[in-house]
Amino acid sequence: MTLEQERKQPRLPIEDPGLGEHTWRPTDVDEAKERRAERQVAGLFVFSMVCTVLFVVGYFLIDIGDNWTTFGGLGASTLVLGLSLAGALLSIGVGIIHWARKLMADKEIVEMRHPAASSEEDREATLKALDEGLQESGIARRPLIRNTMIGAVGLLGIPAVVGLRDLGPLPGDKLFSTIWEEGMLLARDVVGTPIRPSDMEIGDLINGQPIALFETDEEGEPLYEGEDLLVNKAKASIVIVRMDPSDNTPAEGRENWAIDGILCYSKICTHVGCPINLYARKTHHLLCPCHQSTFDLSDGARVVFGPAARPLPQLPLAVNEDGYLMAQSDFTEPVGPSFWERG
Amino acid sequence: MSTTESNGTGGSVASQVASTNGTKASSAKKGSPVGKAATWADERLGLATAAKKNLRKVFPDHWSFMLGEIALWSFVVLLVTGVFLTLWYRPSMAEVTYTGAYDQMRGLHVSEAFASTLDLSFDVRGGLLMRQMHHWAAMLFIAAMMVHLLRVYFTGAFRKPRELNWVIGCLLLLLGTLEGFTGYSLPDDMLSGTGIRAADGFVKSIPVVGTYVSFFLFGGEFPGDSIIPRLYTIHVLLIPGLLLGLIAAHMLLLVYHKHTQWPGPGRTEENVVGYPMLPVYAAKAGGFFFIVFGVTALLGGLFTLNPVWAYGPYDPSKVTAGSQPDWYMGWPDGALRIFPGPPLEYSFFGVTLSLNVFLPIIVLPGLMFTILLLLPFIESWITKDKRDHHLLERPRDAPGRTATMVALMTFYGLMWMAGGNDILAIVFDLSINQITYFLRVAVILGPILAFIITRRWCISLQRKDNEDLLHGYETGIIMRSAQGGFSERHEPLPLDKAYALTQRDPDQPVALERATDENGVPSPTTRSGRIRHRLSSYLHGGGIATPTREELEEAHAHAAHEHELEPAHDGASDRSLTARGENTPH
Ligand code: HEM
Ligand code: FES
Repeated sequence: MTLEQERKQPRLPIEDPGLGEHTWRPTDVDEAKERRAERQVAGLFVFSMVCTVLFVVGYFLIDIGDNWTTFGGLGASTLVLGLSLAGALLSIGVGIIHWARKLMADKEIVEMRHPAASSEEDREATLKALDEGLQESGIARRPLIRNTMIGAVGLLGIPAVVGLRDLGPLPGDKLFSTIWEEGMLLARDVVGTPIRPSDMEIGDLINGQPIALFETDEEGEPLYEGEDLLVNKAKASIVIVRMDPSDNTPAEGRENWAIDGILCYSKICTHVGCPINLYARKTHHLLCPCHQSTFDLSDGARVVFGPAARPLPQLPLAVNEDGYLMAQSDFTEPVGPSFWERG
Repeated sequence: MSTTESNGTGGSVASQVASTNGTKASSAKKGSPVGKAATWADERLGLATAAKKNLRKVFPDHWSFMLGEIALWSFVVLLVTGVFLTLWYRPSMAEVTYTGAYDQMRGLHVSEAFASTLDLSFDVRGGLLMRQMHHWAAMLFIAAMMVHLLRVYFTGAFRKPRELNWVIGCLLLLLGTLEGFTGYSLPDDMLSGTGIRAADGFVKSIPVVGTYVSFFLFGGEFPGDSIIPRLYTIHVLLIPGLLLGLIAAHMLLLVYHKHTQWPGPGRTEENVVGYPMLPVYAAKAGGFFFIVFGVTALLGGLFTLNPVWAYGPYDPSKVTAGSQPDWYMGWPDGALRIFPGPPLEYSFFGVTLSLNVFLPIIVLPGLMFTILLLLPFIESWITKDKRDHHLLERPRDAPGRTATMVALMTFYGLMWMAGGNDILAIVFDLSINQITYFLRVAVILGPILAFIITRRWCISLQRKDNEDLLHGYETGIIMRSAQGGFSERHEPLPLDKAYALTQRDPDQPVALERATDENGVPSPTTRSGRIRHRLSSYLHGGGIATPTREELEEAHAHAAHEHELEPAHDGASDRSLTARGENTPH
């Protein structure tokens, strides 16, 4: 038999024995069992009510806020509310299902299916109606109207897109620069104090920021706050490391970017932009916690492993007249993840 | 043809059932309160015509049909708990000083979104419970959808006429995942901020338009002050609206097509056997809603999830080690981890193409989703099967199909492992580099291997079914013959089971089609015909056909002969295959 034939007329190695006998459950035939099931269901519903009352009591009795009550290290309120709510809901659920299984009719019934498709007549009638409607509209006979209408409605897509234009400013060259500039002091993250080369021992790593992010204007207001602060922090964060100068192999043109083995790199991973922070001082490897890209800081932050494709940008360092570490300039390339216009 | 056949005895059954189902309080007859309300409604809405068919609509019963229900009910829990959260949560990135109850953070400058999440956790009674229930329900929602999808696929429930419901289901899974990601981002804590930042990196990797999309999305440079309010609108309005509409369509189609059922006695392609919607199915489903709700309450009360106060507010210069997205985002994250960087990023003509990010995180998920969406259409193209299917197939009866999904699952699983490569490295004390190199190979070889093994496995299970049909199943009883040899006693399969086993569709490759041209000369096969034939031969070749009636008869006659030589063995089912392969009457 070919596949087609067999699909049309499947072999029936065994005749259909038909639906089996219906069997009665103990609760159908034994009055005592039936009564018991009834009591069990009602009992569950009563238990649910008790839990609901417990929920309300717990809500008002248990402190949260400043000195919250704890229980096994958990907020007692959350625990009691959760357990009582769960008790109330679960016992309703179990009660209803128990009722359905033990007491409701459990006879399986049969329903016939019909094809998902409409009947031939219906389909023809619909096609006919559609055809009549189209004929009467004359859309086929008047291509001028049809085409201009399609054009007009289609064109409305443009305002729908244009209207979104003000979602944000155009990128311009914003991604190409940070607030680092010549003479900007390096500051410790969080505390904001400047750094002298002598503060650092070989093997140290300091998380840093440009000092401007911690400065205030004449009225004592921070120069950068809120969104502005976050945007700049997101690009300007750095790591400063000190290693034995003989370990470092600077790339061409970067010979004077380090100060006595002190090097500064962007902290923003060139993969998709996580801040990097896991440093192995022996190997000078810096590991990104997000997808494990590993950069060799003694070799221009070359990627030694992982999904990042580019080295971390390096910030050229100098020391100012007071002996603090400062930037020679901004980064010489965009920081963070790659983007199309990056070049 | 549209009315319910209640199997004749339906009416009398109700009267035999427990007296609690009596006619006193809850009759819907005319004149009773229920009846009056129904009449009132029908005079205005005319629902009786539609309700007539549907109130006693038949739903077959099987544990695996509950998976979709879990997804449905956890969505309802998400709606309820989510609305509660919106009453306190403030979607704003404006900087405020935290003054709430949590000591360790009081006085810190944080975003309003973060502060209000802390308030929900420490100052609103029941707020933490609701946050945790919301998050647990989100996990349950997505997990249930995935397992439900696997059930539908492995049993062939996606076949005609249900392909569109498969498509809707896939869209639901996609939207649910996006909904989860947007929700996860709302508290504006350390982890969610890291997630958003990575998302910015993903967007920037899109060729040509990436930078613009990123600026439009964030209202400027990352992080800006717009992303949280925008994600909020998407999270509480846009995606829930779409989900609601799609779920409604999913349910309507389910009702229209009627549920599939497992083969078995009395079950055919033309009927559906099961319990009526009212009362049994409605009661079970309704009860199940309370159970799903209760389980999320239990989880939310007992297990802390996403303790944002421990992570702290988002700070773009900080990150926590081992930061991980929610589990359902794990597999694209894994792909991102194992795609090698340097050979995949190119700079040319002054632009940068960052395939090391674009491929794993934008293209690959899109590709996987498209494959998922198209599976029913690919299968019916290969099998040339245009019939309606209402009887489910067991995974073993469609080895090619089963193996395909197992291969996809293996790919998913390996990618998911890659998403935890740092954790694997710590737990098993391996080097992360070795794990990564291993996985780079494994994600390609693993699925191929899984496909081959699964296919073989299915075929040997088919063989075993035929064994059981022909020679009976192994009872585990060892017999000693007069000659002293030992053998295991085989019993004929119960008739119901045997019938279900033989009710399956033939699984054979389609023939190579040869079209004939006008002169009746066979033209060379078309290219697509050849591809189809080759795929079909591999996916559907090698399967074992069910024994024919003659084979069964012969085998049973043989067995009967042996039976006569042996002492009778009690316990044989009276509904089992007789010696001639005929059915015992019932
Ligand atoms: C349908 C699927 C939904 C999923 C998968 C989902 C998922 C999530 C997740 C994972 C979170 C983070 C929770 C946390 O803080 O740990 C969240 C937060 C939130 N969701 Fe949903 N959600 C859904 C629907 C909704 C709906 C319908 C609403 C409201 C109408 C809503 C309102 C919220 C709010 C206000 C938050 C932030 C509050 C907070 O994080 O504490 N969600 N959602
Ligand atoms: S963001 Fe650093 S490896 Fe992905």
